[in-house]
Amino acid sequence: MSLASRTLAARLPDIVGAAHVINEPAQLAFYEIDGKTPGAAVRPGSREEVADVVKFAAAENLAVIPSGARTKLGIGLPPARYDIALDMTRLDRMIAYDPADLTLSIEAGHSLSKAIGLLGDHRQFLPLFVPYFNRATIGGTIASGVDSPLRQYYGTARDYVLGMEFVTADGALAKSGGRVVKNVSGYDLHKLMIGSLGTLGVIVSVNFKTFPAPVATRGFVATFESMEKAVEMRHRAAKSALTPLTMEILSPRVADLFSSEAASRIGSGAMPADVLSPKHWAFSSGYGGTEKVLARYESDFQKLAAELGAVHSAVLNSNTRPPAFSRKREFFPIAISSSPATTIMKISVLPSRMKELLSVAERTAETNSLPWAALARGVGVVYLALLPPDTSDDTRRRVADATGQILAAGTKLEANCSIPWAPSAWKPGLKIWGPERADFAQLEKVKKVFDPRGIFAPGRFVGGL
Amino acid sequence: MRRASPAGARRKIDGARPGDYSCREEATTTHPATSMDTRLLNDLKKLLGADMVLHQPEELLLYEYDGSVETARPNCVVFPRNKEHVQGIVALANRYQVPLVGRGAGTGLSGGALARRGGIIVSFMRMNRILEVDVENQRAIVQPGVVNAELTAATAPLGLYYAPDPSSQKACTIGGNVSENSGGPHTLVYGVTTNHVLSLEAVLPTGELIRIGSQAVDSVGYDLPGLFVGSEGTLALVTEVTVRLMRIPEMVKTLLAIFNTLDDTTETVAAITAGGITPAACEMLDGWTLRAVEAYVHAGFPLDSAAVLLIDIDGTREEAELQAEEVAEVCRKHNAREVRVARDTRERDLLWKGRKNAFGAVGRFSTTYYVQDGVIPRTKLPQTLRRITEISEKYGFQIGNIFHAGDGNLHPLILFDARDEKQLRGAVAAADEIIEFCVQMGGAITGEHGVGMEKDRLMPLIFNETDLDLMRHVRDAFNPTGLLNPEKVLPIKKGCGEIYSRPLPAAGASPP
Repeated sequence: MSLASRTLAARLPDIVGAAHVINEPAQLAFYEIDGKTPGAAVRPGSREEVADVVKFAAAENLAVIPSGARTKLGIGLPPARYDIALDMTRLDRMIAYDPADLTLSIEAGHSLSKAIGLLGDHRQFLPLFVPYFNRATIGGTIASGVDSPLRQYYGTARDYVLGMEFVTADGALAKSGGRVVKNVSGYDLHKLMIGSLGTLGVIVSVNFKTFPAPVATRGFVATFESMEKAVEMRHRAAKSALTPLTMEILSPRVADLFSSEAASRIGSGAMPADVLSPKHWAFSSGYGGTEKVLARYESDFQKLAAELGAVHSAVLNSNTRPPAFSRKREFFPIAISSSPATTIMKISVLPSRMKELLSVAERTAETNSLPWAALARGVGVVYLALLPPDTSDDTRRRVADATGQILAAGTKLEANCSIPWAPSAWKPGLKIWGPERADFAQLEKVKKVFDPRGIFAPGRFVGGL
Repeated sequence: MRRASPAGARRKIDGARPGDYSCREEATTTHPATSMDTRLLNDLKKLLGADMVLHQPEELLLYEYDGSVETARPNCVVFPRNKEHVQGIVALANRYQVPLVGRGAGTGLSGGALARRGGIIVSFMRMNRILEVDVENQRAIVQPGVVNAELTAATAPLGLYYAPDPSSQKACTIGGNVSENSGGPHTLVYGVTTNHVLSLEAVLPTGELIRIGSQAVDSVGYDLPGLFVGSEGTLALVTEVTVRLMRIPEMVKTLLAIFNTLDDTTETVAAITAGGITPAACEMLDGWTLRAVEAYVHAGFPLDSAAVLLIDIDGTREEAELQAEEVAEVCRKHNAREVRVARDTRERDLLWKGRKNAFGAVGRFSTTYYVQDGVIPRTKLPQTLRRITEISEKYGFQIGNIFHAGDGNLHPLILFDARDEKQLRGAVAAADEIIEFCVQMGGAITGEHGVGMEKDRLMPLIFNETDLDLMRHVRDAFNPTGLLNPEKVLPIKKGCGEIYSRPLPAAGASPP
């Protein structure tokens, strides 16, 4: 037992109670990140306990990594150090929900899907339909910065997180923002926490603006002979009067992924037949409103699809849309479960450059003999899954080559590239956070203010921050 | 829209709140504005040209003011035309250890663009070009001095517009909007400035030129634009902004709902919100303000009503028509005596002209007024408006209410005579009482006007020392010498009061 582990074993039970300290190797394995296992895991029951754990870690210079349901710990670089896993799942209170004001304050460990379920009782929701939806926590969703298909209409978390409370690297409780929908009091520090992967502080609670649920939703899917036409459909829809809730472009292989056995386990229900085709690119969109509004969307979409010579089109109703939507939401786990070597790139690009980027992606994957699938959001975020069947050295080299080539091409297109998922063993050979950043010195300043001694998830973020 | 108090009526606000402050970390107190050196003025003139440097007292007078009741005298005002000029100005400020303050049109309402510690005001009015409008990607790249309404005017023929629309939009600049994270009536559904900024180019007080955010969405790394937008000019001087443009909706419906009581009006707003209807804008004008506005714009506002709601609903034809009917129904259910729908663009524009020129209209009735800015949960509107009426009676000031009701963002307008020192103090006390009530209701001290030098002393109402220290450390990381916009946003720690209250030094090169 190392000195650090002995200190942990002796002190942590005083803070959170022995029942909430995990030292068993078998159980600690659940908290593993890229092959690194923590010395201990703790499950604090209150924000004060979180603060005390951090205070202790700061005094002992121990590295802390907060986690929720541990579904997205694969995002980021392997940690440089990892002493304490801070399991936030006992902080699961709904602090305040004011349906009439459409605001919610909720603890980080609260289940995301349960929170949305509770809002549903008031015909409201949060537009955070993120991967691992049924298991994800509020805190993990915000800290990992994953996006939702609904960003087309509602934006991302930064657009509806109103404020936050978090524990600083000194073990103090701090807050920024508030619980009102409009607020410019002080710096928006909470925006820095979104997507920061726990490297700046431990989020203990988040305040959200909630949204009224649409009275009804439906979906429209059209398939095309070429990628260009599917993207063109997105462009025309974006120029129309319509403001859909979601818009996506799906590559042919997505049809196979979505009808796989893994997809029916992860998504809800069976994928409706004859919607996607493994031979064609697809444009897919969801929209909400009354019957009259829905009909308008359908007639406009049908017209656009016909103009572009769609091979097939279909309207997804309240029975057929949920399985399709849940698969789009769960693109990550579905792709990951299809192969042990799955590597996913995230490339965000100006919509006008989507065609160019997708053809580079297609060409590069194919010259490197890598099966691939792409799901591109209408706002210009392309998720490219490379799906080689094995993790051999040869495959690793081809994946490294392909991601490197796409990254270089993407950079020329002013794209933002990163690799949110890759086998742990491959990470050292991949540019997980994309090319070196010109603004790295500014990111470093932020990290140094929040975590001067580097105790929060050290090494996990951009440039090893 | 001048509504400043006379020079000399500046409020003494230091040490107004108790707290355990120390001077540690307070970099801004280590460099009291030195008298402006002739050498610095010469260097600035060499950099920018003599006509781009103002320093005569009569030239500076205008720059002692913004839209707030604060005043502060700069030593000089300079007009850079490009980012190299801005970098040069920053280098000189560092060499001579003189404070720097960025400024757009000076329409701000919290003293953000005032030189609280003297020094150089960097006016961006000569950096006013729209550099690119990208229709396909719905974005524009602009210099900071571009006027808000001009961006919308330039993009409207292409079917696009810039959504944040502060009431001062005909004058205020995008750079100022970025600093203040400005809002406006139509931010209810589309969001404020921070929701529309994709990328910034800026000069840090250290002289570094930085680019943060990206042209595409989801820049990798911490959300630096999220931090810089709304930092009130305390972190950087912005030299270029990439903004998102919105598509002009197929249909806009403008409704005017007329009420006989304030309570019915505020309860309607709460019911619209609770009913899950999100209009594009939902503004409230109380009876007094309404009459002032009507006398000025003749928009047909009913003179005998207690209040009206001015509501915009937009979207596709189907969406707008349906929602307009739903809103009208809620209004009627809450005793609206009439719900008018603007028949055409002319009627619609007239109603909105009334709203947007309200402050100007009020200027006809009072020498000075103090526009406050507080936020509350929408559910607390009825009791908050009642409380404002009580405060109005208590202090004996007329208080008009014209505000973004849908956001819960209040703008009480306190009418007073600033020539009377006692009235000024009373107006400030009344305003403080309103803000304190907003905080008690679970709200915030400012929704869109900023903290600036007006409300730094009120920050402890919502933030404790840990919160404030963290913000101070963030500021100091980017603004390590404290030369950029000193003594704004974050309250000075107690114990520095003597330094703070020292009168501003006279400009060496421009004797008053």
